[in-house]
Amino acid sequence: MKIKASLIGSFFTGLTLLAMLIILAILFIIVGNILWHGHQIISWEFISQAPREGMTAGGIFPAIFGTVALVLLMIIAVLPAGVMTAIYLHEYAKTDSILTKTIRYAVNNLAGVPSIVFGLFGLGFFIQFIGVGMDKSLGLEAVWGQPCIMWAALTLALLNLPVVVVSSEEALRAVPKETREASLALGATKWQTIRRIVLPQALPGILTGAILSISRGAGEVAPIMFTGAAYFLPYLPHKPTDQFMELGYHVYVMATQSPDVEATKPILYGTVLILLILTLLLNFVAIFIRSKVRRQMRQSY
Amino acid sequence: MEITEKKSQLESISLKKRFRLSEYIIEKIIFLSSFLAILGVVLIFVFVFREALPVLTNPEVKKEASLKLFFSTTIWQPVSDLPRYGFIPIIVGTLKVVLVALFISIPVSVGAAIYTSEFAPLRIKEYIKPAAEILAGIPSVVLGFFALMVMASFFQGIFHYTMRLNALNAGVALSFAIIPVIYSIAEDSLNSVPRSLKEASLALGANRWQTASRVSLSVAMPGILAGIILGLGRAVGETMIVLMASGNASILSANIFDSVRTMSATIAAELGEVVNGSAHYSVLFFIGASLFVFTLLINSLAHLTVGRLQRKLAGKI
Repeated sequence: MKIKASLIGSFFTGLTLLAMLIILAILFIIVGNILWHGHQIISWEFISQAPREGMTAGGIFPAIFGTVALVLLMIIAVLPAGVMTAIYLHEYAKTDSILTKTIRYAVNNLAGVPSIVFGLFGLGFFIQFIGVGMDKSLGLEAVWGQPCIMWAALTLALLNLPVVVVSSEEALRAVPKETREASLALGATKWQTIRRIVLPQALPGILTGAILSISRGAGEVAPIMFTGAAYFLPYLPHKPTDQFMELGYHVYVMATQSPDVEATKPILYGTVLILLILTLLLNFVAIFIRSKVRRQMRQSY
Repeated sequence: MEITEKKSQLESISLKKRFRLSEYIIEKIIFLSSFLAILGVVLIFVFVFREALPVLTNPEVKKEASLKLFFSTTIWQPVSDLPRYGFIPIIVGTLKVVLVALFISIPVSVGAAIYTSEFAPLRIKEYIKPAAEILAGIPSVVLGFFALMVMASFFQGIFHYTMRLNALNAGVALSFAIIPVIYSIAEDSLNSVPRSLKEASLALGANRWQTASRVSLSVAMPGILAGIILGLGRAVGETMIVLMASGNASILSANIFDSVRTMSATIAAELGEVVNGSAHYSVLFFIGASLFVFTLLINSLAHLTVGRLQRKLAGKI
């Protein structure tokens, strides 16, 4: 009886190990395949030049530039808003008040809204409502009321708000209560305590959230398809109302709408590799900082 | 002497006051910005529905597209002389892809979560969890690309079907995006099972698998269910993977080797070419609004289930 039970046990334990190995295999096969096919084309020329001959030659510099500009605009919008929401939730709010619960409920739900719905929202709100409204009141003709990098960045900012809020709150939670109390006991006000004591200690954790949201922003395509990304542009975006090229959108367009798939394939693989390196590198950095913070936290108790 | 003392006293008071004022302003700003998340959800709701509303109210639009017409035809053919917006093929298409994805991702992610939290040595654990996070960090357009360029040909070689891009291909690729979601929540809830319960089970003579399956798994079940529900929500809304890997033909069938068109992919594929304010435009926003409401319901359901886990744990300790 006991032997049978332990046999069954090892069988199922083996199955769970297999499940784990499947996840690792998926990761290694995808990353390996892209590395293998993509590394040959990566060169200085590839990352510093514009596409030529219908995207079958040249590089992807405008797409890299557009992606970086997009996520920078996004983080400028989302970081203060997300950190302040987290400060309110953790430092000021009463845990059980209806308002706190509503804010948490909204943050949770925002995290679950499909990215394509954010795209629709960006089109319906930022472009059709705010943009067209601005043009009308300023007497302009389709300057703000059309897809551009600013509306795309704001759409992505809203999409990433939960990422920043959740990780900033975790960072604030990691700051021991005693340090706050010590500061307050010395006569510092609440805001002085938060600004000089709590925030500096929570900074690495907040940074983790910022990096994760940048990584996610760089990889999202659905929200920017209709709010500002362009198939091909002969110039780089230099003001908020310009359209822009973006790595993820570039991959989508080349993979699905290229007239000659075989000819674009090396460039396509190269673009995917650059996008993957960018997002995974950011993820690595975030995971590294967070594990360091968590270790520190464990030691401090 | 006295005068200077008074002066410095006054100064310190006014300094204090100015300080308080700036603090007051900052605290108000913090308070107001915490409303942004609520405002975001409300604005999404209002503005996606605003563009979808003509489907319900505008008589001109209703001739072409109304709730009744959505379910009385089985054809999705928006670009033709007689446009037809039958929701049934795209709903069935979404279901097919999502079911394939859940069929793969539930056993793999829950199995892996059990392995990590119950059996894995600590040192291996430290490498496994980041690996799952990195899988979660791969952009969905990259997964879609991989499914389109590599996996589709691989599966065609095995199953020898005619349509290279189909529900199976999209579903498998979609499962790659869902696995990290379910895995991380399932692993968290298994980890939150109190050690004392496991130790009691082991002390009573149960082996490690019996403890894992009958104690840990049953206690953590609400949390795992919440993870699966959230995975389902993510699967229904995921766009780029399905858009690139499913073939995008609205064929109504039960065969998973047929090309399919899903709700999210329909929006992404067609919104670029519609005229603002046309019936087609409103229909696409209507699909988006339905997705939005669906994910809100899914999220609330998951929230409730997690609440059950917490109450269960609180009652048992």
